[in-house]
Amino acid sequence: MMLELFTQHPLLAATGALLLLGVGFGALLGFAAVKFHVEGNPISEQVNALLPQTQCGQCGYPGCKPYADAVAQGDEINKCVPGGQATVEAIADLLGVEPTALDAEEKPKQVAFIREDECIGCTKCIQACPVDAILGAAKHMHTVIVSECTGCDLCVEPCPVDCIEMRTIPQSLQTWTWTLPSPIPPEVIASDREHAA
Amino acid sequence: MRKTFSIHGGVHPPENKHQSVRTPIRFAGIPSELTYPLSQHIGAPAEPIVAVGDRVLKGQKIAEAQGFVSVPIHASTSGEIIAIEARTVPHASGMSARCIVLKPDHEDRWIEHAGIADYTQEEPAALVKRIREAGIAGMGGAGFPSAVKLGIKPGTVIQTLIINGTECEPYITADDILMRERAEQIIEGVNILTHIIKPKETLIGVEDNKPEGIAALQKAAAGTRIEIVPFPTKYPSGGEKQLIQILTGKEVPSGKLPADIGVVCQNIGTATAIYRAIVHGEPLIQRITTVTGKAVDEPQNLEVLLGTPLHHVLATAGFQADKADRLIVGGPMMGFAMPHDAIPVVKTTNCVLAPTARELPPPPPAQACIRCGMCAEACPVSLLPQQMYWFAMAKNSDALQEHHLFDCIECGACSYVCPSSIPLVQYYRASKADIRLQEQEKRKADYSKQRYEARQARLQKLEDEKEAKRKARQQAAANQTSAPAANDAQAIIQAAVERTQAKKQTANDPAAAAIERAQAKRDGRAPTDDNPLETARLAVASTEKRLQTAREKLAQAEAEGSDKVDAFRTGVEKTEAKLSEARAALARLEHQTTSATPAASDDPVQAIIERAKAKRAGLADDEDPIAKLERLLASTEARLQATQEKIALAESEGSDKVDALKTGLEKLNEKHQQLTAELNTARASQTTEGQ
Repeated sequence: MMLELFTQHPLLAATGALLLLGVGFGALLGFAAVKFHVEGNPISEQVNALLPQTQCGQCGYPGCKPYADAVAQGDEINKCVPGGQATVEAIADLLGVEPTALDAEEKPKQVAFIREDECIGCTKCIQACPVDAILGAAKHMHTVIVSECTGCDLCVEPCPVDCIEMRTIPQSLQTWTWTLPSPIPPEVIASDREHAA
Repeated sequence: MRKTFSIHGGVHPPENKHQSVRTPIRFAGIPSELTYPLSQHIGAPAEPIVAVGDRVLKGQKIAEAQGFVSVPIHASTSGEIIAIEARTVPHASGMSARCIVLKPDHEDRWIEHAGIADYTQEEPAALVKRIREAGIAGMGGAGFPSAVKLGIKPGTVIQTLIINGTECEPYITADDILMRERAEQIIEGVNILTHIIKPKETLIGVEDNKPEGIAALQKAAAGTRIEIVPFPTKYPSGGEKQLIQILTGKEVPSGKLPADIGVVCQNIGTATAIYRAIVHGEPLIQRITTVTGKAVDEPQNLEVLLGTPLHHVLATAGFQADKADRLIVGGPMMGFAMPHDAIPVVKTTNCVLAPTARELPPPPPAQACIRCGMCAEACPVSLLPQQMYWFAMAKNSDALQEHHLFDCIECGACSYVCPSSIPLVQYYRASKADIRLQEQEKRKADYSKQRYEARQARLQKLEDEKEAKRKARQQAAANQTSAPAANDAQAIIQAAVERTQAKKQTANDPAAAAIERAQAKRDGRAPTDDNPLETARLAVASTEKRLQTAREKLAQAEAEGSDKVDAFRTGVEKTEAKLSEARAALARLEHQTTSATPAASDDPVQAIIERAKAKRAGLADDEDPIAKLERLLASTEARLQATQEKIALAESEGSDKVDALKTGLEKLNEKHQQLTAELNTARASQTTEGQ
């Protein structure tokens, strides 16, 4: 009976088959969506892994993770000042977009320094430090643990006596590195250059 | 003759070694000032243990090793420490670093030191410790702490000990001359090393361009298990991994150490230093340095005290400053040009090269890469230098690592053969540094993230705890005021009513009495009110009542967590103060009354009057005799107990009053017995009367 109906009305048969397939695959997809559900936004996790985790807020977001979320949602990728151009390029590479110029001037790496004679022990900077890099107690001198400091400068503002300054990390033999040779100007051959000079 | 293997690539630059081996080793003398950089080796810089102004002896330790991969530094002559400050150090950067500066007193007095007569009796670990204490770091050029290399992990079997006498870099002859003149010391040092690491075989690899050295070593090694292996000259055969490959045919896998394939490699100069440290107890304070180049009149090998400035070394060899184009520390292939000649000789300085501009012309300007592939042919590690060059320019670190950038030994063979004079090695060095920096930053970022998240978690936990506490308080307050609270309130009211009734029933309740009296007064009856004592009593009672109410309110407020707690508390305190005032007033009044009329009882005035009347009637002791006896008995018992306690105390203190107290106790006992007897009699008589 049913078979006869389908053979006599191919349009009905086709519609029925498509409907059946649609329902079947829909159910499969629905099941997969529940079963293989991914927690969080994987793109934002990947972007977050490229950010320097200074939690400085210079990008306008309250931390690295929120900025990574914003980038995953399509925000500009050039707002991470401590990461510098290298981070911009890394994010561009990850997202497959054109790298843009950094939104600010690149600064050398810095760490906070507390002028300990002037410190009054108010603990305000301790509360401001996002990575617990400042050591001290109420009414006792505070100091920065240099190896833990990310140079976010969030502790500078809250200090009531302005005893915190940001210091550029001096280069030492251990941190010195070779630099790439200056690129070869392709249009000038050696003998010409000698004449030009 | 042992079979040797060949390495890929390699170059044959002009050797220029003969100039400096014409004369024997000469001592360079004590300069006017010695400088000891704290970082002369791979690893953590040493830390000074002397202060400015200290006088030190030759061989005295002046800086202590910091950490495992580090070595101490010793004074190379006696003198005075005149500074600990930043000075230019022999480093590719030409930067300054902390140095200890010593002014020699030219007495050259040794500190007390002693060698080990028979090292074969010593534990290897003790010998390794001595080597570390002697400050010995690899003297071939890299300066890796020797003791670290010799500290073999337990369980690792070392198949081959290789002594590196290759010295493949042009111009340098420090090891060559050492072999020629001090072969016995080298062999003795090798014997010590053999004793420490107990290898199955010991090889000394020497390039065949040093026939005199090979002959001397063979003569000195005769009768030992040490094998001298000559092999064809080629740069860079002297690289540790290259030499291992040449002598054993085994390649050290990428990212592994020689010890992983059962090989330990040490330099010939290091072997000599170990010999001096173990047999003579002398720390590493001097080394042999080749001074050569066309700007030097007498190229030669000098025995130089560590810390000697280059100008002193150069002057000893007849340096023509105007002829020199550059000053290179190390060889022409891997050495670094120095900014000036006040830089000291350190543990790794095997050569000071002062070439003329003609001899070693500065590299011509680099031209474009023509993809000729000569660099790939020259590379001893079989890398693809031209590919890496492009990736380095593009800063493509992933591709660089895929092309095994970190296996590059920076020998410079590729740059040497490059027809376009591209400074290829510099690209690799820069790229390596860049990748290391990125990795370091990544680690730091991960660490910061971890700390940040830990902090966030901690703050969240504190916040949650606060919230939980607040909730609990809220709950407690709700419990008191809502549904079940109604019952409570009723119960409280009920209790209050009952209390009031009970009070009313007790005739002696002053408040009730006062109320009654007040009512009576209103009715115009009892004028008892005029009695000030009664007024005071009334005040005390009413204050007590108010205090009780206030306390109840406070308790309720506290349970609810209300902000009025403080106000209630103040109220309670004030009421308490008033109560004590009222009580004091009452006590005063009572005292006055009592002095007038003794003993106030429940209805005091009445009782007093009655008692006074009774007294007057001579019936003062009309009180129940049994009650009186009981009272007396109780007081006697109390005294008895107190006396016993006093005795115990006196005994424990060893006081001399014990006897007196004991007499008192006996008397009290007697009295007690007497009273008990009287009481019994009285009771008996009463019972009889009642019947």
